[in-house]
Amino acid sequence: MTLTQHDIDQEIAAEHAAYEKRVADGSPVEHHPRRDYAPYRSSVLRHPKQPLVAIDVAKDPELVELSSPAFGERDITGIDNDLTRQHTGEPVGERITVSGRLLDRDGRPVRGQLVEIWQANSAGRYAHQREQHDAPLDPNFTGVGRTLTDADGFYRFTTVQPGPYPWRNHVNAWRPAHIHFSLFGTAFTQRLVTQMYFPNDPLFPYDPILQSVTDDAARQRLVATYDHSLSVPEFSLGYHWDIVLDGPHATWIEEGR
Amino acid sequence: MTKIDTSSPENVLPTPSHTVGPFYGYALPFNGGEDVAPLGHPDTVTVHGYVYDGEGRPLPDALVEVWGPDPDGNLPAVDGSMRRDPASGGFLGRNGVEFTGFGRIQTDTDGHWYVRTLRPGARGQNAPYLSVCVFARGLLVHLFTRVYLPGDEAALAADPLLAQLDEERRGTLIAKREDSGAYRFDIRLQGEGETVFLEFR
Repeated sequence: MTLTQHDIDQEIAAEHAAYEKRVADGSPVEHHPRRDYAPYRSSVLRHPKQPLVAIDVAKDPELVELSSPAFGERDITGIDNDLTRQHTGEPVGERITVSGRLLDRDGRPVRGQLVEIWQANSAGRYAHQREQHDAPLDPNFTGVGRTLTDADGFYRFTTVQPGPYPWRNHVNAWRPAHIHFSLFGTAFTQRLVTQMYFPNDPLFPYDPILQSVTDDAARQRLVATYDHSLSVPEFSLGYHWDIVLDGPHATWIEEGR
Repeated sequence: MTKIDTSSPENVLPTPSHTVGPFYGYALPFNGGEDVAPLGHPDTVTVHGYVYDGEGRPLPDALVEVWGPDPDGNLPAVDGSMRRDPASGGFLGRNGVEFTGFGRIQTDTDGHWYVRTLRPGARGQNAPYLSVCVFARGLLVHLFTRVYLPGDEAALAADPLLAQLDEERRGTLIAKREDSGAYRFDIRLQGEGETVFLEFR
């Protein structure tokens, strides 16, 4: 049976209503998706059914997970954070500057830590061989960037606006334009992989991946803000996106890194 | 709202997780991601296995990250896992001397992964283990688990996590030593023999 957007819309609405009811009945706000979120079909066989086993980090400062892998200057090159300069020519598309701060749950900056991004080109095509979408590849754009956060936790990338693209979750499924982010904190427990979206994208309500975040306020935190002060005259439009890492961490190692 | 007001803690709320998707393969993996141990180190161990879904099918597009201490139980604060070549922009690979403790491995198309790292040392009352973080298309939030190595039964019996699990579930966290000397550790995301996954609070 063909799975239509209408079918998915109904499933999304049902999941959202179920979440709202849970919260109304006293359950805590859910900042993250549930791994079991059937509107995103690939999740069906890829989530555990047993409950996760809880570990209270406050009881054991020796946990391996309370420290984090370290990265430094030799893990990046000088132009890694400028995705428009990695080839001999200019990529096609609208140049953008994306910047913000990497913070922990206490609002403190995560300093000197690795931020990795990847994205589709302006036509909505990834430079990945298994990508089947027949939009054009751009010989001047790969779509991979890396940087280290500065002393205030800021990161900054120059790239091009990614295009939306179709995928095969259901008939006429389209992903809103987004940039993938991979982040480390001061503890491995804070590890985060996520996606940043652009304001006012009309595809938001149709996308089961974005809608897997059923809390309305949490979903908004995935959408960057247009920031004119980040726009570079005669060059690029600016977007601001702060990232807050979840997961407990050992505050006493923070300053020692 | 994506400018976080850090002056009021109630406004500092976590950024939601999303799936890594299918197309991270040209961005996240790096040369030598699976070869964490310094070259020729006598305490090198190989851990390998498959990642399976709820129907027992291997995942051709999972990403496994490994983080662990050195044989003395010390956690490195050493960069250089993904050393770069400033001339070409490519990866140089690790230098074969320093131990960063961090590995990142994309499963092969048959779902297989491996890591060669140093045998982890014990920390506190915990039996020695490697921390593992699994990402995949279809997995909306990554999953943490641990690889414990067999051998020191007393240490395993005293481990606070293992002690709270029943025998079958406990077994999913302890690798099996093979005749070759390598350790086998499969990751089952769902269903029979489902791996124990962890939530840190």
